[in-house]
Amino acid sequence: MIRRRLATLVPTLLGVVTLTFLFLHMVPGDPVDVMLGETARPADREALRAELGLDRPLWVQYGRYLGGIARGDLGRSFVYRKPVTELIAARVPATAQLALGALVVALVISVPLGTLAALRKDSALDRGSLVASLLGVSMPNFWLGPLLILAFSVHLRWFPVSGREGWLSAVLPAVTLGTAMAAILARMLRASLVEVLGAEFLRAAQARGVGRARLVWVHAMRNACLPVITLLGLQLGSLLSGAVITEAVFAWPGVGTLLLQAIQGRDYPLVQGCVLVISLGYVGANLGADLLYRWADPRVRG
Amino acid sequence: MRQARALRPRPVRAAARMPGGRVFVLAAAGMLLCLVAGALLAPVVSPYDPGVLDLAGTLEGPSPAHPLGQDRLGRDVLSIILYGGRVSLGVGVVVVGISLVVGTLVGFVAGYTGGWVDEAVMRVVDILLAFPGILLAIALAGVLGPSLRNVILALSLLGWVGFARLTRGEVLSLKEREFVTAARVLGAGPVRVALRHVLPNLAGVLAVQATFSVAGAILAESSLSFLGLGPQDTPTWGSLLSQGVDYLLFAPHLALFPGLAIMGTVLGINVLGDVLRDRFDPRGRGPASPSPPPGKGAR
Repeated sequence: MIRRRLATLVPTLLGVVTLTFLFLHMVPGDPVDVMLGETARPADREALRAELGLDRPLWVQYGRYLGGIARGDLGRSFVYRKPVTELIAARVPATAQLALGALVVALVISVPLGTLAALRKDSALDRGSLVASLLGVSMPNFWLGPLLILAFSVHLRWFPVSGREGWLSAVLPAVTLGTAMAAILARMLRASLVEVLGAEFLRAAQARGVGRARLVWVHAMRNACLPVITLLGLQLGSLLSGAVITEAVFAWPGVGTLLLQAIQGRDYPLVQGCVLVISLGYVGANLGADLLYRWADPRVRG
Repeated sequence: MRQARALRPRPVRAAARMPGGRVFVLAAAGMLLCLVAGALLAPVVSPYDPGVLDLAGTLEGPSPAHPLGQDRLGRDVLSIILYGGRVSLGVGVVVVGISLVVGTLVGFVAGYTGGWVDEAVMRVVDILLAFPGILLAIALAGVLGPSLRNVILALSLLGWVGFARLTRGEVLSLKEREFVTAARVLGAGPVRVALRHVLPNLAGVLAVQATFSVAGAILAESSLSFLGLGPQDTPTWGSLLSQGVDYLLFAPHLALFPGLAIMGTVLGINVLGDVLRDRFDPRGRGPASPSPPPGKGAR
């Protein structure tokens, strides 16, 4: 089963590479124009075109690109004149820090909230968490971010407005990115826990004299977290793409802001590289969730 | 997965049952109605011409004459938000319209024909779904150049996938049902079977998916506009918000109100989608409440 899951990974990634390549190369707009300006001499343009390999037929460029990827080479950036892998690698830690921070924020909010809401079903707390999560999923990152900046950076001066210096600067971006995820996870955990708490095996465990804390945190939680794990994988994936916007709001120097710069400069290899790396993270997160699910649920190990 | 599906949270149904819950649902629906009506009737209801500049009132906060304040060119914020809503809501509806037609058609052909056609279509669908949609939309809109047409194109290119998968799955199960077999035996061709027998049974699920998708498309459009990749010649909620962020320190109302419009719309549509789902899709086959595509992870 795991082997089959891994086997679908390669065609998926190949599809991702092919689609980005085609989309980027078939659209109008010439990177040479952007780099040299429209007034450049034709001879200079041809020279640059040849240097970048853009004079070759599309399928030759595609073949070269695939060959490069197989060797771990994503090409050279048109604009920075450096290997794409080097540029991206320099930015990955910032994005990873942001994504992990957001994950921590989401779990810290959603696990207690979802658990309490399930244990005190239909209480004021349950109702409050419901409204909060509806608001949380409907609030765009690019609005929450500025609101947080206004409240905590401008008025209270607790955190820097933007940039990445010290761990304090990571707090607001992580909260911005983690909120929507927390909202969805909390509701999912609550629904799942309510279902499990009514199950027979819990009554049996209770009858055997298992204490309440152990009952909830060990017996119920292990079962309730299964659907949550699947959702977590999906969410973690969209977290990575949501990071593009959050990074833009906070001028966070991650892969997302690099992608936006690359788009501005029509730096094809860099755009492709960024899309590929983020997609890889996305596919990886889903795969990770699947594996975790298997570990947590012995019934599907088979 | 079946278990996960059965456990999908249904916030609105739960909300409606709680004390005061109806009020919340009605308030969300009322807010959506106001925003949609305001955008549709913008030429009638907006207090000012959104193109009129008033350089004496630059960045002024809310006042009786300008309830939501004035922007950096002294334009009335309420008026430009109403006009901006025409673009933001319009893009959402058009993108979902295109996605719905294309996706349903593709999904129907794949599910009905089966064999290698189905296999090929589903491979493409799987790849597109395995990919963070908003990311491709950002790359596409960026490289195509920022314009209204390109935003619609980029979002539609990804939006059809969800509809195709949903339709294909439903068609696979519907085509084995007796009433469809009966129609076929009686000599109905695939087009007649599709239009008269299969499509009416799909309408509910598709309506639910379409509703959530409008919310996703509006968020995705706003994200693109926020990043400067949206329409350039006319303001949209996302671009207004993005300009507002530049003046966050001096004139926070410029970022506050467009964001409120986006959030109100998305919240209202999500609530509406939940209501529709409870009505048409009692088993919860459709997407989970905060449906991501085509703006997957736009938040």
